[in-house]
Amino acid sequence: MSTILKVVRYELRNVIRNRWVITYALFFFLTTELLLRLGGSTPRALLSLLNVVVLLIPLVTIVFGTIYWHGSREFTELLLAQPVRRGSLFHGLFAGLVLPLSLAFVMGVAIPLVLHRGIGRDSAALLILMLVAGVSLTAVFGAIATLIAGVVDDRLRALGVALGVWGLMTVAWDGLILWTTVAFANRPLEGPLLVMTFLNPVDLARVLLTLRLDISAMMGYTGAVFTRILGGWTGTAAAVTGLAAWAIVPGLFALRAFKTRDF
Amino acid sequence: MISARGVRKRFGRIEVLNGLDLDIERGSITAIVGPNASGKTTFNRIVLGLVRADAGDIVFDGKRLNGDARYRERIGYMPQIARYPENLSGRDVMSLVRDVRGDRALLDEELVDLFTLGPVLDKPLRVLSGGMRQRINAALAFLFRSDLLILDEPTAGLDPISAGTLKDKMRREREAGRTIIVTSHVLSELDEVADRIAFLLDGVVRFSGSRDELLRATGEETLERSVAALMRGGSGRADAP
Repeated sequence: MSTILKVVRYELRNVIRNRWVITYALFFFLTTELLLRLGGSTPRALLSLLNVVVLLIPLVTIVFGTIYWHGSREFTELLLAQPVRRGSLFHGLFAGLVLPLSLAFVMGVAIPLVLHRGIGRDSAALLILMLVAGVSLTAVFGAIATLIAGVVDDRLRALGVALGVWGLMTVAWDGLILWTTVAFANRPLEGPLLVMTFLNPVDLARVLLTLRLDISAMMGYTGAVFTRILGGWTGTAAAVTGLAAWAIVPGLFALRAFKTRDF
Repeated sequence: MISARGVRKRFGRIEVLNGLDLDIERGSITAIVGPNASGKTTFNRIVLGLVRADAGDIVFDGKRLNGDARYRERIGYMPQIARYPENLSGRDVMSLVRDVRGDRALLDEELVDLFTLGPVLDKPLRVLSGGMRQRINAALAFLFRSDLLILDEPTAGLDPISAGTLKDKMRREREAGRTIIVTSHVLSELDEVADRIAFLLDGVVRFSGSRDELLRATGEETLERSVAALMRGGSGRADAP
């Protein structure tokens, strides 16, 4: 346990000073600030922020994560020659990746809202959901990046795979949903679409937010289906559970790869 | 101290270790020699747990290695090419390693002094020359007074004076009862310090024993010629008792 903390402390010091993480935090800060000034109310600003969250967080996390793991090869080799268990090192490194990125996102969004005194009773729940969705996406794509970096040795190829996975889960996925609804327009699609939502963490995060926004129909077909079938807090709980599974399953595979590989 | 039996390792299609048997005696300096790609570094990294063997057993001080990390408290490792996190200085690396080892004992900073590393320890490692990094690398391995020291091509990249300093240090550590494994592809380098010699070729130990035994087994007069004879014929199989 204490080894994990030592590794996390070291990586935190390292990653927080990373200029990409600082830029990332600043980006969320400026975007939220801008949306508050232009749009006025907090719910509207958060709604506009939604698409930024579900596209940008996966992209930045999966790219940064893949580079991070390849970049910590030296550190890993140095520590594994010491009395450090591979599991401890893995958990320490994983936390060192996900914590700073999550922190950058949470601070970037929350600070402008606090400064504008924008958190009222109506918007507090929404803000919390937004933060939960963003942090979950960071954990999910951090885990996927970890798995990619653990399986694909070559730095550039790993980066290519990471970008491919991101494109598949964001752009290509929406196309697939659209194609499904058009191709099977005269059949009941609610069941299959519900299943498809759980197959994609980006969709799950989007659904998690739209469920509380009363605009689910606007946010695409899966959101509408989800609201109708799972509605309310059941749907929220199901989406959060789905996101957790999306972080844990790739994470466990990545841990196994890390424990058995050669350095 | 270490007893390896039937260790096999393949990387892709290349068989690096091919059923390696080797005993490392406590309190001795064992030189593992052999041409490039004969499996010396892989053996070291398997002992350290950095590489997982496909088959075979390694017993460290009576205990079979099984993934538990604690035995590494007793090992100091000097890798052939030390790759450190980009922005760390030598001092950072030393305190980081000390931190994760939880080592409270008095450090052995003799090599830091002998190599006059004081002025460069605060510079980022990436701006230092290869030789300077190699000295820091060596100093780090000896820092924790470990029972077993694994030195992988320690003198490569060191100037003759530093190499001499390192060899003297190795002798002092042996007098203090420590065990040392040292690899090299040039035997003459280790001639003066090695008590025992293990010759690796194509992933197996072709000879293991004291230097006198090596000379007798090959009927040659110098170590260099003996090893050459082993490389040529591969016939000088005379495993020491």
